[in-house]
Amino acid sequence: MASSFTNTNFWLRRKLGFTEVRQEKFRLAAHRLGEVTWAVMKHRMGGIGVAILVFSCVLALLAPFLTSSGLLANPEAKIYPAFLDPSWQHPFGTDFNGKDILSRVVWGSRVSLLVGLLASVIAAVLGTLVGLASGYWGGARDEILMRINDVFLSLPWLALLLVVAYILGGRLSLFVIIFAIGVTGWNFTARVVRAQVLSVKERVFVERARAAGAGEWQILRKHIFPNVFPLVFANTILSVAVAILSESTLAYLGKTDTNNLSWGVILQEASSNSAVLIGKWAWIVMPGLALVIVVLGFSLLGYALDEILNPKLRER
Amino acid sequence: MALLEVDHLQTYFDTRSGIVHAVDDVSFKLEKGEALGLAGESGCGKTTTALSIIRLLPKNGRIVGGSIRYMDKDLALVKDSELRRIRWKHIAIVFQGAMNALNPVKRISWQIAEAVSIHDQVTKEEAQDRVDELLELVGISPARKNEYPHEFSGGMRQRAMIAMALACNPKIIIADEPVTALDVMIQAQILELLKQLREDLDLSMILISHDLSVIAETCDKVAIMYAGKLAEYGRCRDVFLDSQHPYTQGLVRSFPDIYGPRDLPPWIPGQPPNLLEPPVGCRFAPRCHLAIDVCTKEDPPSYETDGGHLAACTLCDPARRR
Repeated sequence: MASSFTNTNFWLRRKLGFTEVRQEKFRLAAHRLGEVTWAVMKHRMGGIGVAILVFSCVLALLAPFLTSSGLLANPEAKIYPAFLDPSWQHPFGTDFNGKDILSRVVWGSRVSLLVGLLASVIAAVLGTLVGLASGYWGGARDEILMRINDVFLSLPWLALLLVVAYILGGRLSLFVIIFAIGVTGWNFTARVVRAQVLSVKERVFVERARAAGAGEWQILRKHIFPNVFPLVFANTILSVAVAILSESTLAYLGKTDTNNLSWGVILQEASSNSAVLIGKWAWIVMPGLALVIVVLGFSLLGYALDEILNPKLRER
Repeated sequence: MALLEVDHLQTYFDTRSGIVHAVDDVSFKLEKGEALGLAGESGCGKTTTALSIIRLLPKNGRIVGGSIRYMDKDLALVKDSELRRIRWKHIAIVFQGAMNALNPVKRISWQIAEAVSIHDQVTKEEAQDRVDELLELVGISPARKNEYPHEFSGGMRQRAMIAMALACNPKIIIADEPVTALDVMIQAQILELLKQLREDLDLSMILISHDLSVIAETCDKVAIMYAGKLAEYGRCRDVFLDSQHPYTQGLVRSFPDIYGPRDLPPWIPGQPPNLLEPPVGCRFAPRCHLAIDVCTKEDPPSYETDGGHLAACTLCDPARRR
């Protein structure tokens, strides 16, 4: 009885309070985050990348507000004459439906960014799990997982996505796209993580943890994962760019639901209405430019983080 | 009864080119509060012996025979789950090379607290209090506990490693080359610290080193290993001043004497044998200047020359001496 009482007491104590230790932990984490943020901002490429991303994310989040306040036209309202040239009222002109193109580009960033971020999070989680499992346990598990990885690596991702689109039929909804891009994009992360795990698990501190009585999970979670995490993080930021491009490609090929307005959808409309032939340059250039700039932003931030977090590339 | 009794321990490694007889028939005893030195050349099985005690061998290593008696249990046979409870709580290790034995991305405080929280049910605050206490004990200011290993100097890292080993109040500490790769000043400090802790906490210690002077300074008893076998075993004074085994004699002689003539100390010619196919008979025979016919035919048992002083050499056979 006595022991069970102390046990519950222990768990209770563990669940409640300890604000002091928690505060200390939080303070340290905030400090580290501050350090990394400062390093990124000081890094020339990273600073530019952050500026681009902050600008585009703020614009995407503010889109409904800008529309309701009348600064942006409603992207779905067909209230203007079709094919207007750029003017003060419509900086990029209007499209074949009489919709304002600037407004559509701003609204389109919402879907593009959402798909990019969520899909790469899925890819990162999947890739990390596979990489950790196959690197740490090795043997048959490693063999099987890596052969599956080979299959995914050797298939062209576009073809794979198109097949997924075909199987799921018709035009794909937003979450199907996110899932499909995530599931086809994990292989690179898995390779990188596996390679790092193979090197980390042979280090003496892993043996020390085992000598201290730590179990497999404890070692994997607390010792190996923290050592591969910076790599995963930088990799994920880089893969957001790829995911955004994938979504645009699918949309451009007309495989997505046009209700989910993204830059790819605008490009597809422009191209199927021969925007170039009729001289509507802004219709095709603006969404394309937006795509290029955001992808550049993620790439710059990704490279900067890689340099800051990856000790091998860090300048001393 | 001794605290730890290693009896006829045999640890082999399976490799692609065959079975390596890394530790072959090693026996020793460790009494409570005693320090035992394991000495010998690189690759003679010192570390393997130590790792066998808590079964922390690489995947291809296995204990083939013998027993490791600790508190009515045979550590060579107990279940993994039970062994995990014994590791660190009863027998802790100070690893070779403190930089590599510390996780570079975790704070020192976390790493020390980890061992505490694995074995004892403590809150985070209690664990942190323990960390402060331990760091104080090994002479590091607790104010620096939240730093990362790379922010520590070599000596401090080694101290942190020792603090970590003491985390659960173990009864035995295995120190694997604790002062290798440290400069002489820091070496002296760390050895002094280990000595002090041993007295204060009534610890038993197994110290692995290839440096005989380190062992002579810190240990009560010493076991000299050669090619996976125990060559000589006994109290430090006996073994170093009255060496019986020709190998020990050679080792002791190859250390320069500060009062002696200024020339190169003698060394032992040749190399340790390949443990894939250890030679028949005494493993030291091919390098031994005293070897006789029997040496290459029969493996000599350990002969007791005087109280508790053992030497595995045919020449120490009392029957032959007479």
